[in-house]
This record gives sequence, structure tokens and C-alpha cells, in this order.
Amino acid sequence: MDAANLAYMANQIARNFAVQGDEAAISATAQHFIDFWDPRMKAAIVASDCAALSPIARAAVKLLGTRHDQVN
Amino acid sequence: MGYEPQADFGTPEVVSESMVTLTIDGRQVSVPAGTSVMRAAAECGGSIPKLCASDNIAAFGSCRLCLVEVEGRRGTPASCTTPAAQGMVVHTQTPRLQKLRKGVMELYISDHPLDCLTCSANNDCELQDQAAAVGLRDVRYGYEGANHLGLATDSSNPYFDFDPSKCIACSRCVRACDEVQGTFALTIEGKGFASKVSAGQATDDFLSSECVSCGACVQACPTATLQEKAVKEIGKPERSVITTCAYCGVGCTFRAEMRGEQLVRMVPWKDGKANRGHSCVKGRFAWGYANHQDRITSPMIRDSIEQPWREVSWEEALSFAATRLQSIKAEYGARALGGITSSRCTNEETFLVQKLVRAGFGTNNVDTCARVCHSPTGYGLKTTFGTSAGTQDFDSVEQSDVMLVIGANPTDAHPVFASRMKRRLRPQNGKPGAKLIVIDPRRIDLVRSPHIEAAYHLPLQPGTNVAVLTAMAHVIVTEGLADEAFIRERCDWDEYQDWARFVADERHSPEVLEAVTRVPAADLRAAARLYASGGPGWASAQRERPNSAIYYGLGVTEHSQGSSTVMAIANLAMATGNLGRPGVGVNPLRGQNNVQGACDMGSFPHELPGYRHISDGATRALFEADWGVELDPEPGLRIPNMLDAALDGSFRAIYIQGEDILQSDPNTHHVAAGLKAMDCVIVHDLFLNETANYAHVFLPGSTFLEKTGTFTNAERRIQMVRKVMEPANGYEDWQVTQALANAMGLQWHYTDAAQIMDEVARLTPSFAGVSHAALDKAGSLQWPVNSAAPDGSPIMHVDGFVRGKGKFVVTDYVPTDEKTGPRFPLLLTTGRILSHYNVGAQTRRTANTAWHSEDLLEIHPTDAENRGLKSGDWVRLASRTGETTLRAEVTTRVAPGVVYTTFHHPETQANVVTTEFSDWATNCPEYKVTAVQISPSNGPTVWQEDYAAQAAQSRRIATEAAE
Repeated sequence: MDAANLAYMANQIARNFAVQGDEAAISATAQHFIDFWDPRMKAAIVASDCAALSPIARAAVKLLGTRHDQVN
Repeated sequence: MGYEPQADFGTPEVVSESMVTLTIDGRQVSVPAGTSVMRAAAECGGSIPKLCASDNIAAFGSCRLCLVEVEGRRGTPASCTTPAAQGMVVHTQTPRLQKLRKGVMELYISDHPLDCLTCSANNDCELQDQAAAVGLRDVRYGYEGANHLGLATDSSNPYFDFDPSKCIACSRCVRACDEVQGTFALTIEGKGFASKVSAGQATDDFLSSECVSCGACVQACPTATLQEKAVKEIGKPERSVITTCAYCGVGCTFRAEMRGEQLVRMVPWKDGKANRGHSCVKGRFAWGYANHQDRITSPMIRDSIEQPWREVSWEEALSFAATRLQSIKAEYGARALGGITSSRCTNEETFLVQKLVRAGFGTNNVDTCARVCHSPTGYGLKTTFGTSAGTQDFDSVEQSDVMLVIGANPTDAHPVFASRMKRRLRPQNGKPGAKLIVIDPRRIDLVRSPHIEAAYHLPLQPGTNVAVLTAMAHVIVTEGLADEAFIRERCDWDEYQDWARFVADERHSPEVLEAVTRVPAADLRAAARLYASGGPGWASAQRERPNSAIYYGLGVTEHSQGSSTVMAIANLAMATGNLGRPGVGVNPLRGQNNVQGACDMGSFPHELPGYRHISDGATRALFEADWGVELDPEPGLRIPNMLDAALDGSFRAIYIQGEDILQSDPNTHHVAAGLKAMDCVIVHDLFLNETANYAHVFLPGSTFLEKTGTFTNAERRIQMVRKVMEPANGYEDWQVTQALANAMGLQWHYTDAAQIMDEVARLTPSFAGVSHAALDKAGSLQWPVNSAAPDGSPIMHVDGFVRGKGKFVVTDYVPTDEKTGPRFPLLLTTGRILSHYNVGAQTRRTANTAWHSEDLLEIHPTDAENRGLKSGDWVRLASRTGETTLRAEVTTRVAPGVVYTTFHHPETQANVVTTEFSDWATNCPEYKVTAVQISPSNGPTVWQEDYAAQAAQSRRIATEAAE
């Protein structure tokens, strides 16, 4: 999957949740990946260097990465 | 059913609590107070002669044929305009009445051609019937005097003729155009003997007038004056079958009137609860595509897309497809496969395609065209209310006091419902019309049309929906217009308070946001007050607050904040208590005939049928037990993700039923590249559509006239689609999907579509009470249909939200990344026109091209003058993504800085220009905002010419000799 595109999508999701405050936004963004992203998309973003990600998106990807059972 | 026209009770049904009992020709009958004597007579089995009356228009009292005698009253009143009264004794047939009626009829016939045997309305003519009913035997006046017999026929409309020589000036056509359709295109020109039905201005014919060809006049005409050309050509139908239209999400039901297997005409079914006997030009007339020469009826295959197609047997095509799919699965895994269900096909067919993908391919890579239209509705309404559908039935509009229409153009895209809206917007029977607020960058027809004017039109800058709705919420909260009692009872109070605090912030005031939205703050404030409280002077004996309903369309969803906008709409409705009863609600106007159904049937990659997440183990177990397979618990790819994955080689095969993603999806170049990268593209369609240029297998599809199943419309109404002719390709679409499944070794054994619906009902709680037998009995059912609501659910969230407490979601305005700048200073927005449907695959293959033969670019005069453009000029339309060329139409309908076009014609390919920006939550493309530049041009771009050449190359079918 195109890493730049995935990063764009992740930032966009995070930006729309940002109004809820960091903690809630991180958790909502991670949950959004879990609920709506196909495994290869999740795997690709977890494996990416996260350089292009906003802080919320980065933290959400990290949270996603810790849930190994969700990424196969 | 044999062929008999539906009963006509003469005058409209009256709803009243009080009943009156009267005696008609010795028969006692009780009717609601206010009912006409004519209708009362019809309800007790009588039939008073009539010509100018019909039960879908108000009584007119002009033909003088329906006279009756009432004991104790003088004279012979017209029964259509005489209300039934308690104790009234009516005689409909007396020597005096007989004489009067015969005299009237004699005059009519003295100026009417006597060519009944060769007349196209022979035996289907009310004038003929009434002449028989009154016993007319001769015409004493002769036929030599002044008459209208020599008037010329107007054949300009492609579907019906207007022959004024047969007109009896009953005005039914004029009144149907006014009252039913609401276009006011017809009038009676002249007076007395010179009276003549006229379309538009004196110089107009039907085609050049404002007539929208809905056909209400044709249906209303009691003679052959206005009649379908098809009837003239074929003859009178012999039988009729009730079925459901396959165009838009209104879901009109029709009587398909047949002669043998030949469709003669479609007549709206008066008992259809979505359309109530009305139709538009598409549903009534544009069905000729079913027999178009472009229709492909033999399966075809090819090894690579450079080769011409090869016609093969079904067996060979299916085995070729199955072998390719299986070898890709063996080499790359199940997740390299996927499918797209069709919102044009039936629920049963859609259910089978997603079942084939999940259970047969072994992946959840299934999506549907809702991805590119109403997926944000799914996300937004599920989050706020708990279920992904509109809250009302269409009848609800009759009880609305205020309508807020945002990002929808109902008169073009949902014309039959628009007629119902317009009816409510006009004052009627002393009741004032509903007030209208339109939020749209374009001045859509609803803003100002005959007898209708929006109280407020907020012409916002494309892409600022969330800002406008937040500013409205700001006004409602800060001016104390919120319905706190409703919120405390029905919603999460803490979430409301968080939301109220957010919207009340000064930075969300209309004055501050005006810079972004370009909507005058004073108008926005007034519109918000109107929506919440009926505006200044609201006073109703019945209600403290008005019934305010929101109707929205793709102008809401097709944005980078589509889902946020849907939630902002839900917030407004909850904050003002406008949910859970008739007249209010949140009403997405769904696009395709069965897009609601396709979503219900589990077409989204993360959801099983009934909107249950694929990760939910209990639901999965239910399906696994029924289907005998293990399901992947992970969500699959959405359409844009599939294309991305195709480019990196991890997605390689797709089965597309009834969907033309190359034309309908954004950034055509990207879609083409994705399709080209795949090893196996299976297109199942009526025509070699644009997507088929990249296909390896073509499976011919069947039209809605050739299959049995169900469609679900925008009001969650499930309606039967019934086969009226054998499929030209030999199989209904569900049979083709089953054959493909069986070629892959799945051993499915459905023998009819009803069995598929039984499986849906068995596995989906909201469909538990649905079956074809139940639908035959009830006519239609609105889901949920279950033990709690055995007759279905016209209104949702009546006693509480499906999710429990209504959820206020703070929606922060995030500007789109698609920005105008010096190189691309204008904003392009896209939409539909009445006469065409989406990619036009059907409508372009009908005479509807008479109204719209090409896509045009609407440009404001200021922008046009700056660039030296005038209407009709070729214009180059360029964005950061691509460019195309089309002709200009200079109009003030669009604001300066905004241009608009439709996407019905592949020659234009408007989606070459649109970008891949999409809704943050659902990836629904941002079709409604593209930064563009326009400039004069000499004609089609090189790309357009190349594309046309490539498409022609790709559509070649090998002849026998070449093999």
C-alpha cells in the first residue's frame, strides 16, 4: 500500500477526532483503524516510519501496533 | 392480473375523524366528512359519468356530466364539487339527468373525430366509455360547423404525442401538471371555443416548453389527445404487473402494462406508497435501454485486455473465471480477491455477491457504490442514532412545517419526491405552505419555481457544510432555541453539554464564519431560527414548535467531511427535538434505486447484513453456521483501497456486478491504472461499460424487467420487483452469481429469489418478518420488520433511539485540502440532471438524450466574461488531477467562483478532473469540491480522443471467422 496515502488518511482521521482532546482522539483514531482498515493497511502503517504522521495519528498507530491480535 | 385501469374515485381521498352517512341510489354509504358525492358513489360501487374529474386532482366541475339530483335541493349539482352530507339522498340516474348528460355529450362529440376504430385510445378512452354510459346515439348538430378537427399533432416529445384535434378541454392535463407534478408548464390558452391546451409560451411545443415529461398529463388525459407513442405503435396492453422502478432511491412502483412479452407502457401504481401514483420521465418512459442494440447477451472472455472479446458459452466463461480466481487465490491468498455489489440490482442479488466474496472467495473485500455516495450517512447516523438509515417515510413530508434541504437537488435527482415536497410547499386548501430553507452553492430549481420560493437560500462556498451547520447550531444554542426537554429525555445530556459549549463559542458564530462560508450572517441566523422555532410569528394551535425536517443528498456526503456533516445534521435535529414523529427527521435522499438495500445486505467490507461489524463473533458465528464456512474476522478493502492495493500487487481479481467504477469513481486515470494492474476483472453488466474496457470476463446481466426480487428505497421501504419478460441473456443476475459460485465449487441450490430473501430474514433481525409472500400481501414493508414491528416501521426512533441515548458528536470544521489558488482559482462541483441517471448507461440509450445530449459546464457570467467565454463555446476544464473539454453554459445559477457540471457522458469524463480527496471516515470521494481553471478551447482534448479510440479498440468482439 502506498505509505504516503495511508499517512494522509491517518492524519485526516486524527485531525477530525482532535477536537475530543488528545487522549480520546488517539483511542478513537486507533479504533477507527481497527474497525475500518483492512489488515494489509494496518500492517503497512504500523510498519511505516511514521515520520509524516501528526502526533495524534502517530500515537494511534503505536497503540494499534501494540494490539498484535488485530494485525495479522 | 388482467388489464384493467386502476379504479378512479373521481376526487381525492379526504381524511377526517367525523363520518357522514348518505343514501345514493338506495344504497347507504358512510364516508369521511368532506368527501364528494362522486367519490361516495364510487365507494359504494357506483360510477357517476365524468370527464374532468380524476382522484389525483382537485374537483373542477367543468364537464357537467357528473350531475346528480339531491332530494330537497334544487337543480342538478355536479357530484364532484358537492360534499356528501349527513342524511343526504342522492339519485345519480333520472330521466332529467339522462337528458342533460346526453345533451352535454352530444356537444362534445360534435367536435370530436369519429375514428374510434383506428384511434390509439380505442377501448381505453373515457370519452368513448362515457358516450356509451349516457346512451348517446346520434349528434343532431352534424359535423360541418366550426370545429377543431384539423389541428396539427405536436410530436416533439420523444415519448408522447399531443393531438389537439381530440382534446375536449377538460383541463385534466393542466391540473395534473400543476397539482401532481408542480411544474405549471401547461395552460389553457384562449377562451370559450378558442380554448386550447398549450405547453409553455405560444411559440413553444412540448419539447421546448418547461415540460419535464413526467407524463402526469398523459396519464390524466381521458382521450387520445395526450398519449404514449408506444401505445400508438403497439396497441392496447393485455395485462399488467406491479413492479418497482430501477432508477433513483425514491422507489416508485409501476404497473408494467404488457402485450405478450412486450412492455407497452409504465403507469405509476396509485397504491404505491413511495410515489402515490406519480412518476418522472425516467421511470415512466426511459426503459427502452432494455432492448437497445448495445445490450450484450452472450458471455465473453479474453486473455488480456488488448485482445478482442471472444463470445463463448456460459459454461466456458464461468469456468474461465473460476479457474483464474482460484489460481490467484492459491498464489496470493484470499485477500487478493474481491467484489463490488450493485446498488442497481436486487437485495437478493446483492446479498449473494457479498456471500460469494465472504464465503466463497474467503475475504471481506466487498464494497458497493454507496462508498462513493452515502457511506458517510452510514457512519454518521449509526454513530449518532444507532442505525444507518433515514428516520421517516415519504408521507411524513405532508406534516412538515419547515423543510431544510441541504446538498440535494430533488427536482432533478429525486423528482417524484420533489413533487411531493412542492405540494407541501404550496398553500393548499387554506393551509399555508411549509417554509423552505435551501443550503446549496447553486440556485437549484426548488429555490424559486412556480408558486414556491425558499424563505432562505444560503449559497455557501463548496466545502463549508460543517461550518454552516455549526453556525446554525451556535444560533440555536446561544439564542435558547434548543429543546432541552427532548434532549434530557432522549439524548446523553453530558454529551449535549459538551457539544453546546463547543458550538456556543464565539468563533462558531455566523458572523465569524461568514468569511469562510460566504453566507450572510443575518440570513444564516434567520434560517436557524426558522428551523428551530418556526421564526418570528410562529403560532400554531397544535404545536409549540414547528415540525422541521432535514432532507439531504450527496452535497452533504461527498466531501472530505461528509461524515462530520451527517453528524452535524443529526445534532441539529436532536437539539431541536425534531425526531421520532411524523413531519420531522433526518432524511438522506439516497441515490440509486437499491443503495439502501445494498448497504442493508452487507455490502460494506466491515459489516455483515444488518450493519453488524465483522469483528462481532456472535454474528459471525450465526453466518458461519448457516453457510458452513469460517469467515475472516478482519474488515476488507474499500473500493479506493482495492485500487491502491492493486497497484502494489496485493489485490489481483475483482467481480463487479452492475457498477461502472471507471466512469463513476474519482480520478479516472487512477481507477484505470488499478484495473489494468489486476489479473482478473469480471464485469457483470448489461452493456460493455467503461470498466469493461479493462475486463477479462464479461457476464451479461439482466434488467429489472427480467428478474424477480426486491429493492429498498430511501425510506427503508422494501418493494417487489417482478419479472415481466424473460431475460435476454438467459439468466437473472442472481442465477449468474450462483453459477459462478458453483463453478468455484460452492454448491448453492437456490431455485428462486424468494429463497434468498428467506435466508436474509433468517440471518438479519431487522428483516426477520420479510419474505416475498409477506410483501405480496402488504404491498411493501419498511424495515425493521420483526416481532416488535410486524407491519414494519414508517418512522424510526419513536420512543427512543436505536442506540439507546442519542449521541451528540462535536464536529470540528476542517477545511478540505483541495484549495483554490492562482493556477486553479475556481471550484468545480458536480451533480445530476433530471433526464439522465448517473453514468447514463441506461438513459443515454433512450430518447432522454433529447433533453441532454452532452454534459455542459455552468459558469457565472463574471467568470465567463473574464475569460471571453459564452454559452456554447468549448471550454477546457483543468484541475491538478487532469483535464477535459466540454461546452459552456453561462448562467447565474452558480455563484461567481463556482462552476458546475454533470457526469452523465463518457465523452466528457468529468471524473478525469475530480481528485482523490475523500471523507475522513469512509473514503467517500470529495466529488463536490475540485479546484479548477477554465479557458477557451477548440474542442476535445487529446486525452478524450485517445480515450475514445482506446475504448473502441477495447470493445471489439471477434467475429467467427477471425477465430
